[in-house]
Amino acid sequence: MADLRGTIAGIKSPNPFWLASAPPTDKEYNIVRAFKAGWGGVVWKTLGEDPPVVNVSSRYGALLDSNRAMIGFNNIELITDRPLEVNLREIAAVKKAWPDRAVVVSLMAVMTEEAWAGLARRIEPTGADGLELNFGCPHGMCERGMGSAIGQVPEMVEQVTRWVKNATRLPVIVKLTPNITNVLWSAEAAKRGGADAVSLINTVNSIASIDLDAMAPTPTVGGKGTHGGYCGPAVKPIALNMVAEIARNPDTRGLPISGIGGIGTWRDAAEFLALGCGSVQVCTAAMTYGFRIVEDMIDGLSAWMDEKGYRSLADFQGRAVPNVVNWNDLNMNFVTKAKIDKDLCIDCGRCHIACEDTSHQAIRILSGDGKRLFEVVDEECVGCNLCAHVCPVPDCITMHEQDTGRPYLTWPEHPQNPARIQPPKAAE
Amino acid sequence: MSGVNGAAHSNQLSLDRDLVSPFTALQAMAESSRCLYCYEAACVTACPTAIDIPGFIRKIGTGNVKGAARTILDANIMGGTCARACPTEVLCEQACVRNKAEAEPVLIGGLQRYATDVLFKAGVQPFTRQAPTGKHVAVVGGGPAGLACAHRLALLGHEVAVYEARAKAGGLNEYGLAAYKMVDDFAQRELDFILSLGGITVKTGVALGRDVTLAQLRQDFDAVFLGIGLAGINTLGVAGEDLAGVADAVDVIAALRQRAAPPVSLTGRRVVVIGGGNTAVDAAIQSLCAGAAEVTMAYRRGMAEMGATGHEQDLARTQGVVLRTWLAPREILGGGGAVSGIVLERMAMNAGRLVGTGETVTIPCDVVLKAVGQKLAPGGLDGLALAGGRIQVDETLATSLPGVYAGGDCIKSGEDLTVQSVADGKAAAFAIDAYLKA
Repeated sequence: MADLRGTIAGIKSPNPFWLASAPPTDKEYNIVRAFKAGWGGVVWKTLGEDPPVVNVSSRYGALLDSNRAMIGFNNIELITDRPLEVNLREIAAVKKAWPDRAVVVSLMAVMTEEAWAGLARRIEPTGADGLELNFGCPHGMCERGMGSAIGQVPEMVEQVTRWVKNATRLPVIVKLTPNITNVLWSAEAAKRGGADAVSLINTVNSIASIDLDAMAPTPTVGGKGTHGGYCGPAVKPIALNMVAEIARNPDTRGLPISGIGGIGTWRDAAEFLALGCGSVQVCTAAMTYGFRIVEDMIDGLSAWMDEKGYRSLADFQGRAVPNVVNWNDLNMNFVTKAKIDKDLCIDCGRCHIACEDTSHQAIRILSGDGKRLFEVVDEECVGCNLCAHVCPVPDCITMHEQDTGRPYLTWPEHPQNPARIQPPKAAE
Repeated sequence: MSGVNGAAHSNQLSLDRDLVSPFTALQAMAESSRCLYCYEAACVTACPTAIDIPGFIRKIGTGNVKGAARTILDANIMGGTCARACPTEVLCEQACVRNKAEAEPVLIGGLQRYATDVLFKAGVQPFTRQAPTGKHVAVVGGGPAGLACAHRLALLGHEVAVYEARAKAGGLNEYGLAAYKMVDDFAQRELDFILSLGGITVKTGVALGRDVTLAQLRQDFDAVFLGIGLAGINTLGVAGEDLAGVADAVDVIAALRQRAAPPVSLTGRRVVVIGGGNTAVDAAIQSLCAGAAEVTMAYRRGMAEMGATGHEQDLARTQGVVLRTWLAPREILGGGGAVSGIVLERMAMNAGRLVGTGETVTIPCDVVLKAVGQKLAPGGLDGLALAGGRIQVDETLATSLPGVYAGGDCIKSGEDLTVQSVADGKAAAFAIDAYLKA
């Protein structure tokens, strides 16, 4: 069985599956249940200076599919609303009882060194393995000059990171907000400030839905609503991109990353690990199904690694990074075309109408034996994949590379590019 | 999903409980999400009324349930009845691509019932009549064909008078469908809904050839539609048919639907039903519901040739009906006016022909129900050309008499189903409209 142990910024855990700083990690009770279920680590819900915040009633919004599966999730909850002392006591107790698990503590404060350093120094004696600086919350706390209000200003990210690093011997993970124009600016700032790792993404600023009777955003608090933090499966692609950008950026390459954003399965986790993450953090999936989902995350990842011959996480960690390139580095001469397996086809016609109405008119209908026969017109097919995505049958429509015999050719070198790089002239 | 009479009940059908429990909102959501929204969907082609099935299911999924009902009713004004009574297993659901994908179709009938029930419960009239044309049309027969025709004609702005021979309009929806498919007073609620559009008057107790003549109707109206069904009943032509324990299955079914005493007592009796169609199955199962001690269905050909669908055959078996095949009635035995048994001859196929083998079996019984088909009642059809024992029509459903159209069971169109009659009635209405505007 594959070895799932991982280390990130010096923090060890028996598996890479951590619970993210969020409602599931607010109390000892929940965290003990999580560790019993098998989670490798937790990031304790964000601590702040006393007096504790006060939360509102009705806190979550959701984007559900037609069968009520959770696609996206949003919250307007603030940081922990329990006294600092209570949290610190519980953190110490948990760490003592579960020494092999990673216990990282999230914190947030106003923009003063005294506040940040003071909190860090209070947390260190609990025995926690590390700190995570919450620069991300896009609701509530930012209106008080915290959370994303700091995370959106690279200079402030750098400054706070440095303050905390100076105040503690603990590893410091900087949690980044996606609510920015370029995540590299804040990642680079964190690195300059001395961050041992970054974690991302925090939640995306959002309105989950509008209640058309109340004519107000959800979650609705007495007839009003506010923007909140969006997470769940829908944000995974956003998170993967931001993780990849940091992993392949020359200035941040090698900076440990804890991946967050829509992770609910071992496969999601493997994708983040393939982009260089050293651990992954989960919240929405656990809030949807409970802590037991970690069983298959462990089992599935391990089985997949065994199948692939990966003995440890390091064997595949970051393997996908070199293949994330700029558009300009793609091979313009690569050609792929769709192929429809007529035996697997159930005759729904979705590939045809999707291609016909919205793409390249490359799937024609022939009358078959008792059912319609759908056929790709190779001359029209541009290999866009739309048909394969809308087909309800797994592996019915597959993409096949065409042998063009032509070399790798990028757009900067392409003959149709008016600004192309001129090939060096042959010596005369 | 919904099972026979719901999971909470025993599997024994009864006359006042739904054969298939209506969907809850949760079931409707889950089932609607299974629809793949096929392009030029096979289910639509399989529906005689061509309901936009993917369209209405998508509307259920988006919460536009009344819109879904409107989509259904616009194509099939008796979408509520069809949702309950259609043999979907040989129509839309048989064509569903989910059969190929996972051997379980989207339960279209259940979704159709869900949507139409919501609209009926809300008491919404989703249609508006076009401007009055000043034209008057007589519709003879207040069954599915006649009412569908009347509704479409009224929508198109014509005034319609429906003449119905029985005490209530609704036709086989009211008198013919099995009680467990049409529980409570749905047929009459659907009738009320159709009439609430306006422009339709119904005169009951008026029979063609007895109370009104075709010639008179042609004179008084701008056009006539005949949806008179098959009011004549085939006989067995065997000795003993006049015994007191012998009855027509359709009369028994009609009585049970009307909560009236059936023409023969069924309680505790041994019943033999002759026939292999859906009427035979309905009569057999409902006889058990009504207290019959044992029920045997005897059909002269094999299972595969039965008019009843495989689903109906299975239903009969699970309800305890004994299905016997290759048996044709030869004599009903009795004494003192009562039935004591039936003699049947074993049949076989010989060179493509059904022939008797000479071997007979006798089934002791107290009641014989005849379900060997209906035929056109001869009265009142003066001057109409017939074909194959039905009223002859062209592709527009026009009869041999100008301005006279026909549809439903009295013509030979497709299956003898409510949904086919509705399709005929709708098509005839459009043809009549074109005729009146020509």
